[in-house]
Amino acid sequence: MDALGHLLGGFAHVVTPLNLLVALVGVVIGTGVGVLPGIGPAMTVALLLPVTYGMEPTQAFIMFAGIYYGGMYGGSTTSILLNTPGESSSVVTAIEGNKMAKAGRAAQALATAAIGSFIAGTIGTLLLVLVAPVVVTFAISLGAPDYFAIMMLAFVAVSAVLGASRVRGFASLLLGLVIGVIGIDAVTGQQRLTLGVPQLADGVDVVVVAVGIFAVGEALWVAAHLRRSKGEVIPVGQPWMGRDDWGRSWKPWLRGTALGFPFGALPAGGAEIPTFLSYLAEKRLSRHPEQFGKGAIEGVAGPEAANNASAAGTLVPMLAIGLPTNAVAAVMLAAFESYGIQPGPLLFQREPDLVWTLIASLFVGNLLLLVLNLPLAPAWAKLLRIPRPYLYAGILFFASMGAYAVNAQPFDLFLLLVLGALGFAMRRFGLPVLPLIVGVILGPRAELQGRRSLQLSGGDLSGLLGGPVSYLIYAVILLVLLWPLVGRHMVGAVRGRAA
Amino acid sequence: MRVEEKPVTDVRESSRGGDRAQYGLCAFLALVGLLVIADALRITRLTGGDPVGPRPLPVILGALLLVVAALYALDVARGGQGEQEGGEDIDLSTRIDWRTVALLAAAFAVNAVLIEPLGWVISGTLLFWGAAFALGNRHHVRGLVIAVALSLITFYTFAIGLGVNLPAGVLQGVL
Repeated sequence: MDALGHLLGGFAHVVTPLNLLVALVGVVIGTGVGVLPGIGPAMTVALLLPVTYGMEPTQAFIMFAGIYYGGMYGGSTTSILLNTPGESSSVVTAIEGNKMAKAGRAAQALATAAIGSFIAGTIGTLLLVLVAPVVVTFAISLGAPDYFAIMMLAFVAVSAVLGASRVRGFASLLLGLVIGVIGIDAVTGQQRLTLGVPQLADGVDVVVVAVGIFAVGEALWVAAHLRRSKGEVIPVGQPWMGRDDWGRSWKPWLRGTALGFPFGALPAGGAEIPTFLSYLAEKRLSRHPEQFGKGAIEGVAGPEAANNASAAGTLVPMLAIGLPTNAVAAVMLAAFESYGIQPGPLLFQREPDLVWTLIASLFVGNLLLLVLNLPLAPAWAKLLRIPRPYLYAGILFFASMGAYAVNAQPFDLFLLLVLGALGFAMRRFGLPVLPLIVGVILGPRAELQGRRSLQLSGGDLSGLLGGPVSYLIYAVILLVLLWPLVGRHMVGAVRGRAA
Repeated sequence: MRVEEKPVTDVRESSRGGDRAQYGLCAFLALVGLLVIADALRITRLTGGDPVGPRPLPVILGALLLVVAALYALDVARGGQGEQEGGEDIDLSTRIDWRTVALLAAAFAVNAVLIEPLGWVISGTLLFWGAAFALGNRHHVRGLVIAVALSLITFYTFAIGLGVNLPAGVLQGVL
């Protein structure tokens, strides 16, 4: 098969001593930074971008693969040992994981998380190998109006489906789109929203936005509400599992993988919904339902597998269409762009070596994670005790360094502070961050595709509608937008019948 | 969000009833919307192959911002409230500690001002030391040692090792 042949070629690129070292460094840094409290996978990737600036693209992406999976894994360690998950995808893991840890079973919780992540990540990456080429074949046939429609779907989905409040989601999206408008118009060369500041003419770099909103915003927000009492870190030894734990874990791993991958690949999927569904499924199917809420290993195994499989699924639309569906993918897309590489169907034709090396390094990174994390867990647990002033000072330190390194201008640091203030306000008022990031990244592309469509139709608005694919997508968008009305109506009808 | 189910008592809610500060955010959104529209109207229309031009998108965005600001205000008036973001080191039962926030922002700004004249090693040291101080670090010497070490390590690894842009400043030639 073609894809497998390419994949083997990718492995050949990864398995050189230097590249293996790069992968190892990526996994270790990714896990280490991901374990640190307050730093989720997206911030991990954004903060570590500058590390890769001096590298050639292939090595940079091998390192990214390690950082990505390492950051995901580090987050689950934190939620098991500290009980206060930094990101929403680890919330479910913390429910049972921390109960297990408190009951003296931290070693088993970490082991089932590590092995489950490895299995889900491997199966998920394998599915990526099989699915991505199919999506590419489909995506190549799409025209500008179809891409425009897909991006509209992504905007509506991240704003309306995820998060508790639609109006807050759309507010965040619009702010992101406005930031994306800043700079010189690519077609006519006219300045928009630059307010006469020459440094804004090239637009606001996505890395600066991501670092400002994630890192500086988080540091300021923590400063406002710093917990003065120390969180309780549960000491842990070497992770291991007994026979019984294996017997209770393997089915949840597989079920979690089956739930996680498809959700990760959807425009508004993410990891929150599948981890939650996996938790519910395991609770229902378990032979020990009475243990749920007291530390059931199934409740860690399933959601952790779902979380990692969804991370692999996210890469399908990211690589094949250029569509980020979660914050990490959005930041990685920005990283691709900083190398002048445009993810999307053409990427598989133009840079097959790069893509397949990236995918191969995901397998390698996953294996390295398993080998490293079982013995290193006690060391990672020590990172949780780092004094908070140093931790957040360090975050600001690396955030400044990374943002300055992008363009070598102090102006970006002031911009970072302004964006940090925005990130602070968004956390204070419960505005979701993801729509803003997606808006900044996809906004300019959506405008490009929209204008291209209208150019083809000579300015006639029907040009935006395109063909059957975009009809279907607009139907889905309408459904998503009207769902609360439809849902209310249906619930009302059912209630009426019941009464 | 803490997973343990204990009701988070919100200081602001009990003291004032409703979260009125949200109206400030609505006003901000509306203001951005107006600014975006005003800026778009300033763009002159060029004739060319592009029938759309750079103007419609910001006009649409500005209008949508005004709509969202209005809907948001309506939501707040009906008692809607955004959930503040929790986290490992965040204690939402306290009031916002503006002094710490301001000190932290000041440390950050000092770095932004001094990075080119003095160079990353000095400005980065001040940033780390100042931020740690703002966040309650009182081991001044230890903080300074870590700050200097971090600045030097990052400068040598990234600027000299990997060719990342970091200015040497006044220490040009010394480092």
